[in-house]
Amino acid sequence: MSTISAPFRPQSSVRQTPTAGENYVNAAYGTRSWLLTTDHKRIALLYLVSVSSMFIIGGLAATLIRLNLLTPNGAFMTADTYNKTFTAHGIIMVFYFLVPVIPSVLGNFLLPLMIGARDLAFPRLNLASWYIYMVGAAMILWVIFSGGIDTGWTFYTPFSSKASHTDVIPAMIAIAIAGFSSIFTGLNFIVTVHYLRAPGMTWFRLPLFVWSLYATSLILLLATPVLTVALFLVAVERIFGIGIFDPALGGDPVLFQHLFWFYSHPAVYIMVLPAMGIVSEVITCFARKNIFGYPFVVAASLGIAVVGFLVWAHHMFVAGQSVYAALVFSLLSYCVAIPSAIKVFNWTATLYRGSISFRTPMLYILGFIGLFTLGGLTGLFLAALGLNVHVHDTYFIIAHFHFIMVGGTVMAYMGGLHYWWPKITGKLYPESWGRISALLIFFGFLLTFLPQFVLGYLGMPRRYFAYPPEFQVLNVLSTAGASILAVGYALPLTYLIWSLRYGPDAGPNPWEATGLEWQTPSPPPTHNFAEIPVVDCGPYEYSGEEVPDHGH
Amino acid sequence: MATDHAPATWHHFDDLEHQQQTTLFGMWAFLATEVLIFGGMFTAYTVYRMQYSAAFEAASRHLNLWIGGINTLVLLTSSLTMVLAVHAARHGQRRATTTQLLLTAALGSVFLALKAVEYYLDYRDNLVPLYAFDPAEWSALNVRPQHVELFLIFYYCLTGLHAVHLIIGIAVVLVLAVFAHRDYFTKEFHSPVEAWGLYWHFIDVVWVFLLPLLYLIGSRAIVG
Amino acid sequence: MPSPVELFPARAAEIAYHVDALFFFLLIVTGIAAVGVFTLLIFFSVRYRRRTPPRPTPRITGHIRLELFWTTTPFLVFLVMFWWGARIYLAMAQPPAGAIDLYVVGKQWMWKVQHAQGQREINEVHIPLGQPVKLTLTSEDVIHDFFVPAFRTKIDVVPGRYVYEWFTPTVAGTYHFFCSQYCGTNHAGMRGEVYVMDPADYQQWLNLKSEGSLALEGRKLFLQLQCITCHVAGPKARAPILESLYGATIPLRGGGTAVADDNYIRESILNPQAKVVMGWEPIMPTFEGQVSEEDLIKLIAYIKSLGPGQTPQRNEESVPPPPPTETKKTESP
Ligand code: HEA
Ligand code: HEA
Ligand code: HEC
Ligand code: CUA
Ligand SMILES: [Cu+2]
Repeated sequence: MSTISAPFRPQSSVRQTPTAGENYVNAAYGTRSWLLTTDHKRIALLYLVSVSSMFIIGGLAATLIRLNLLTPNGAFMTADTYNKTFTAHGIIMVFYFLVPVIPSVLGNFLLPLMIGARDLAFPRLNLASWYIYMVGAAMILWVIFSGGIDTGWTFYTPFSSKASHTDVIPAMIAIAIAGFSSIFTGLNFIVTVHYLRAPGMTWFRLPLFVWSLYATSLILLLATPVLTVALFLVAVERIFGIGIFDPALGGDPVLFQHLFWFYSHPAVYIMVLPAMGIVSEVITCFARKNIFGYPFVVAASLGIAVVGFLVWAHHMFVAGQSVYAALVFSLLSYCVAIPSAIKVFNWTATLYRGSISFRTPMLYILGFIGLFTLGGLTGLFLAALGLNVHVHDTYFIIAHFHFIMVGGTVMAYMGGLHYWWPKITGKLYPESWGRISALLIFFGFLLTFLPQFVLGYLGMPRRYFAYPPEFQVLNVLSTAGASILAVGYALPLTYLIWSLRYGPDAGPNPWEATGLEWQTPSPPPTHNFAEIPVVDCGPYEYSGEEVPDHGH
Repeated sequence: MATDHAPATWHHFDDLEHQQQTTLFGMWAFLATEVLIFGGMFTAYTVYRMQYSAAFEAASRHLNLWIGGINTLVLLTSSLTMVLAVHAARHGQRRATTTQLLLTAALGSVFLALKAVEYYLDYRDNLVPLYAFDPAEWSALNVRPQHVELFLIFYYCLTGLHAVHLIIGIAVVLVLAVFAHRDYFTKEFHSPVEAWGLYWHFIDVVWVFLLPLLYLIGSRAIVG
Repeated sequence: MPSPVELFPARAAEIAYHVDALFFFLLIVTGIAAVGVFTLLIFFSVRYRRRTPPRPTPRITGHIRLELFWTTTPFLVFLVMFWWGARIYLAMAQPPAGAIDLYVVGKQWMWKVQHAQGQREINEVHIPLGQPVKLTLTSEDVIHDFFVPAFRTKIDVVPGRYVYEWFTPTVAGTYHFFCSQYCGTNHAGMRGEVYVMDPADYQQWLNLKSEGSLALEGRKLFLQLQCITCHVAGPKARAPILESLYGATIPLRGGGTAVADDNYIRESILNPQAKVVMGWEPIMPTFEGQVSEEDLIKLIAYIKSLGPGQTPQRNEESVPPPPPTETKKTESP
């Protein structure tokens, strides 16, 4: 299959001999060997299975939402059921799918491999994170299927603390638990990057995926606890009836929003930064180029992580904050958009004079760039104060974040999964099916969410199970798109599983990529490297030219 | 576990030294998370403290400053014994490490015991919203009882959260003491003691913030 | 009225023109950016697609000037967006003087609207064409949001405080308004219509529905709730007299001042200890739980209307009140 033969220089001079011998999958058998493993690669697979299941459940909820919106008065759900459905959809997709997915699956698998380590710093903590995640997931599923909650994923008070009659407290506990799983994963990544890099793997030779995981981990570590506090206080108020957020008892309902968004705005960068990391890996490999402006891309990741902490109140422009606060948060929101712009431009420039092949991962990644750019640009509309007032809490917002989270992050995740699938499983998937799925998802996505921008500007509020009849045509279009999208997602689910059994062997480095993870057999042995590699150049030396010697 | 390596070294570390540094750094990172947990609570508290200062100050004056003060001393002393424990562990002194760890745990327990007494006194003094609380008493002082309840709920949440941390700390320190007694730690390998020492000092520092925030806002006898 | 497919919302308020202008500006600028990026992506993808046999690629690692260029350019463009958005937002935050006052109370799941002259309606709002209208809104339970797409304005209606929203309708017609902050089961049903009417029709509508004015109702409450026992003129006064209070700057006990706006008066009634007027003892009891949101609005309307010398006598019964016109300000004696 090796038709790519542009010259390239692997990151280390230690080439591992690709022996088809023992690897992490066949090293031990039996359920116990999986459930008690401390091998980061096996834990990654545990996450892959659990997180994908959550995605399917969340996606089924989305399907129900879209079906219900086919007719103006709600096609088949009662208002309560609908409210519970979008709440379940939002909670599952955000807290149990999109936040953990890339760090816990691809990050877990690849971070040690990419920096030349044998494992994460705290392997048992890593396994514990998975168990914690599972406890949280089991709890939330129990809540959702035993009666559901109707607060929306944002849990605004005093509705959540006083008015809602559903199981709010168990749901909050479940989310707080999942939060600890994220915290421990982030902690593990930070320590690993600091202490377990291979000899010669200096900070500025780190692959960009590692950098983006590092920035993500910083946010995980510093933002998640505030969410825990916010949820905890709501629970206290619900139990004791003390007016922490209830104005009738002296509380301030808007304070909750501040605490919530102090976590949840940085959390949106938790969801997009790792995706950006994947883009940098894939685009360099399939364009056979060095990344354009490596230090700027790194700085952009860190800049997003830092400035991302300072813009939370842009979700509250009409919630009654002071005009001056609104001005500051609007300006800062524009500032946080700049690093994203830098990244988009650098990726584009990377293609210049490349040798570009359009394999499945590359198609997904190009899809990411397109849809993320559109989603990000609509973020600029939202950050403009006077305009935000009109579109706040309409389908414009829904479209904005689905563009970034589904069109962006999920696309990138699919791209990453296809890119590293040969490494993870040692198998290749059918290329043409891969390309078809990428295209279906891309166009299905556009059909689903472009009409929602129009709906939003027309004024259709979100979280409406019924709507005025003049909005129907656009809603039907959106539902039609969603069904194409569902098929697009069903395809990879099928052929990836198929490939496990019938796919051809991939060999250690099917894409002739340079990173350390490609210099060990596929699937990698339990201890990752027979011999710890010594790194002597940056991560993306794909060009035919001589790499200038920096001296070590 | 790590039986096929040098004692207590995992396969992915170069050597013990490397592993210890990593562990310590991990604890620092964890404490960063903790700072934000308490930070979030402090922020919420401060917002209401500014909004309802009269009620908060009045309520604060009813807390038991004596026990709060003594407890501060107890905890500070326990930090000292923790430092000594870490020092002893670094020098591989088995006995001293064990004793100092036990002392630390004991002081921590004294703190908790006093705290329990204090909670009881609070209960007796009608300072427990929902269970023992007398709105009229506060109305007479011209402050809204609901705002007093707000103060008290933060008082219990903050001190409760602190107590939970302390309970975890005591449990861990006791386990460490058992390990120390069994001669598990050596001059070369003692990072668990050091790491949990950091944690212990952190709990201490939190208390040092809690004391003024909860007990001392009400300018008590000093002004009149 | 509505055609089966709309692609752009009706535009029926002054501010809406500004919002739409900003919207189109953003659409064009971001459109240019997007088209630029996509053109480059596609051009590079085609121009530099892999050939057989593959050609080696050059080693390009970056270009500082370019980086600076594409960092500062977006920043400057963003500043314009920020500035423009801020200007509109500031305009939205300042209701013009002399606007028609409407009082709106949201509750799960309906909107109750009161006109200054006492007309009430539910899930409907009647307003005249061409005159600025100012809404004073609050909620009885959870957060709601009053959103009129055709006017391009909305505001979260937070319980426990007053918020404001204003607009000047420019086109007569009927427009949707929505609750756009999720508030529970029937959130989607918490909507209604705004009727923008010719001033003459509006006047007719007002006359048809007229009842006692808000201030008059407030006066009754003021007597009923015994406010008058303390807030009375003369030597018996145990509390400051409330005449000409609205908009005044009040010196507070313990330093500082407060402006007597709606939120201040509301707080003074519900939580009198929060801000105590200089020179008075904090003896006023709280009326929380005794007055509903609608009663509060009436009380405040009354206090706002209270001119010099208009405080009622202490022994006066709550009925009969003077005719509505007399509660309007008269010459001070
Ligand atoms: C991964 C998730 C993610 C990401 C990355 C972003 C990114 C951004 N978001 Fe978004 N956002 C959400 C997820 C996300 N958002 C969610 C979930 C909500 C709603 C939550 C809820 O209420 O339920 C939301 C809501 C939201 C709001 C609140 C809306 C409201 O409720 O009123 C705002 C307001 O400012 C906003 C702004 C932005 C901005 C400015 C960015 C920027 O970071 C975007 C930067 C990117 C670009 C700008 C594109 C690339 C740039 C170029 C190609 C250069 C172009 C050059 C020129 C124009 C000169 N977002
Ligand atoms: C990561 C986050 C994420 C993801 C991936 C998605 C994915 C999707 N979302 Fe969601 N969404 C949110 C996060 C996300 N969403 C959030 C946070 C909210 C706000 C909630 C709130 O207001 O509280 C929201 C709200 C939301 C709404 C608004 C509801 C309302 O306000 O009333 C809608 C409406 O169209 C919607 C649609 C969709 C659709 C069609 C998809 C599709 O992309 C899903 C496609 C996936 C599948 C269909 C499953 C996979 C398919 C298979 C495995 C094949 C087998 C299945 C079938 C054949 C059916 N979402
Ligand atoms: C027991 C006496 C008492 C009663 C009854 C009373 N008040 Fe007061 N009120 C006071 C006093 C004393 C003050 C000044 C001190 C303060 O601000 O608390 C005051 C202040 C106010 C203020 C702020 C005045 C300013 O100058 O800033 C308003 C408004 C007000 N009251 C309205 C009312 C209303 C409306 C009622 C009835 C529903 C009412 N009060 C009933 C004693 C009373
Ligand atoms: Cu009221 Cu939504
Ligand atoms: Cu945000």
